[in-house]
Amino acid sequence: MEYKTRSLFFDGEITKHTVPALNDEFSRYSGQTISTLDLQHVTKIDSAGIAFIDEMLLQLELNSIDSLSMNQMVKTAYNTFTSAKLKPIKTKKKLDFFTHLGSGFINFLKSIKDGTYLVADIFYWSFVGIFDKRGQRKGSVIQQALFIGVDAFGIIALLSMILGLIIALQSAAQLRQFGANIFVADLMAVSMVTEMGPMLTAIILAGRSGSSIASEIATMQVTEEIDALKMMAINPIKYIVVPKFHAITICIPLLVTASTLIGIFGGLIIAVTYLDLSVTVFVNRVFEILTLRDALIGLGKSYFFAWVIVIIGSYYGFNVKGGAEGVGKVTTQAVVASIFWVIILDAINSLIFYF
Amino acid sequence: MKKPIISVKNLVAKYGEETILENVSVDIYPHEVTVILGGSGCGKTTFIKNILKLYQPFSGSVKIFGKEVTSMDEQEFNDILSKIGILFQNGALLNSLSIFDNAAIPLEQHTKLPNNVIEKMIKVKLDLVNLGYAIHMLPSELSGGMKKRAALARAIALDPDILICDEPSAGLDPLTSASLDELILKLKDLLNMTIVIVTHELASIHRIADRIVFLDNGRLLFSGTLEEAKKTDIPEVKTFFEVGKF
Repeated sequence: MEYKTRSLFFDGEITKHTVPALNDEFSRYSGQTISTLDLQHVTKIDSAGIAFIDEMLLQLELNSIDSLSMNQMVKTAYNTFTSAKLKPIKTKKKLDFFTHLGSGFINFLKSIKDGTYLVADIFYWSFVGIFDKRGQRKGSVIQQALFIGVDAFGIIALLSMILGLIIALQSAAQLRQFGANIFVADLMAVSMVTEMGPMLTAIILAGRSGSSIASEIATMQVTEEIDALKMMAINPIKYIVVPKFHAITICIPLLVTASTLIGIFGGLIIAVTYLDLSVTVFVNRVFEILTLRDALIGLGKSYFFAWVIVIIGSYYGFNVKGGAEGVGKVTTQAVVASIFWVIILDAINSLIFYF
Repeated sequence: MKKPIISVKNLVAKYGEETILENVSVDIYPHEVTVILGGSGCGKTTFIKNILKLYQPFSGSVKIFGKEVTSMDEQEFNDILSKIGILFQNGALLNSLSIFDNAAIPLEQHTKLPNNVIEKMIKVKLDLVNLGYAIHMLPSELSGGMKKRAALARAIALDPDILICDEPSAGLDPLTSASLDELILKLKDLLNMTIVIVTHELASIHRIADRIVFLDNGRLLFSGTLEEAKKTDIPEVKTFFEVGKF
């Protein structure tokens, strides 16, 4: 590039490889008055070169083609790749604050309406599905129960044991100071049965099954499998969601019971090894302190946790937008919302039964 | 005689124990449109993916721009790839990015061009594929034909020397398919590109092909110009050009 009497002369190549250097060189002439770009001696030019020329013309405030002196090859490339001939692109009008607020509120109401319909549909078809198996795949409830229940048992058992050990160990240190060792059994029994067992199981299921339900349904939605089911006169809720709903309803009391017992067993280990309590004393105390009411409240709320996980997973799955990214987004949203609603339901339950 | 820009010799490709391509030798010449033909499952896409090292060839030689690529290291092969544009069968656009951002990826990753130059280049390329109005749209908001055109804009973003298209007309109506063919031919002339296309569409082949490569069950059945293909006595090729079916 060379500057001579109000003109910039170019020779050699103006391509994607040379443009970065030429751009730096051009910035050095920013103070000069330039009225013409001479491209007669350019030997090779590509679309990057033409975009660079357009950019120079823009910065120099020149009238595009009239300010260019160019050979035939450059002229052909310029006519093809210049951005000067592009029509201005219409940009979307930005919504003002109140329109934005209003549309957000309308969307919120719509999501409540959709969610209510979905909940009604799921409960209706789950009830009907007990008696009428048409529109469901054979063996799908067992298959789902294996995934939701059997496959999750290992991780729930392990975490319940660890949780039981932690609670017992941390409280044992305090109780020991007051000679109240025996109360570790009370603590373990009440906390595991009424709170920790159902909550831990629900959170693991939300992460494991909730994400899987949301991503499975979202993927089916994105790949038009849901539409295909509808076109085969198959109700997608009955075909996809009901087996999961039935499976989780069967599995949740078993998982919560297992989690509770294993957690208490963890407490027993600490009581025997650290607090010098005997197994008989610990077990007797557990049965003494526990009431049927506590056990029923613990199991009862776990059903609501389980159903909320299936409903939220299905809601986000059916309402996916976009492609692969949308699937990832709704999966995350489903897990977060499931855990949120599990905790909210737990709080409501505590207010109803213990306030 | 022109020197081939891509030269494949005795290529063998396998999936596990199953042989997909058996001693396939093909030369692709510069500034021509070469169409790879064959029935479903004959190994067309495998052939392309082996050339591009998406699958590692079992044996044989693949030379691009005269360089052996099968034994090339990643950095060296990336330099080759920056001169090749690829249009995948389903577009393969990144769903989380707008059409503009999708088309800008190769330029941002492989050049040191200033942002304003990149912006102008992408706007021009999207205008060339008639998507100038859709630059801020997401792939999920586009129709099948629009996605293909957006993917084509991404494939030509770097003004590649070679453009490889895997079934560009698949799933498109005849009008959209014809306009895509016209666009490919226009780009070939504008950018002086070599084009390799995998397709089944007879009408499309008549419109754009200079040279035909016909694969059958993983073997090369015919390689020659379109005129030679129309006159050949090889039954499968003859049937295809007479009936338009395999």
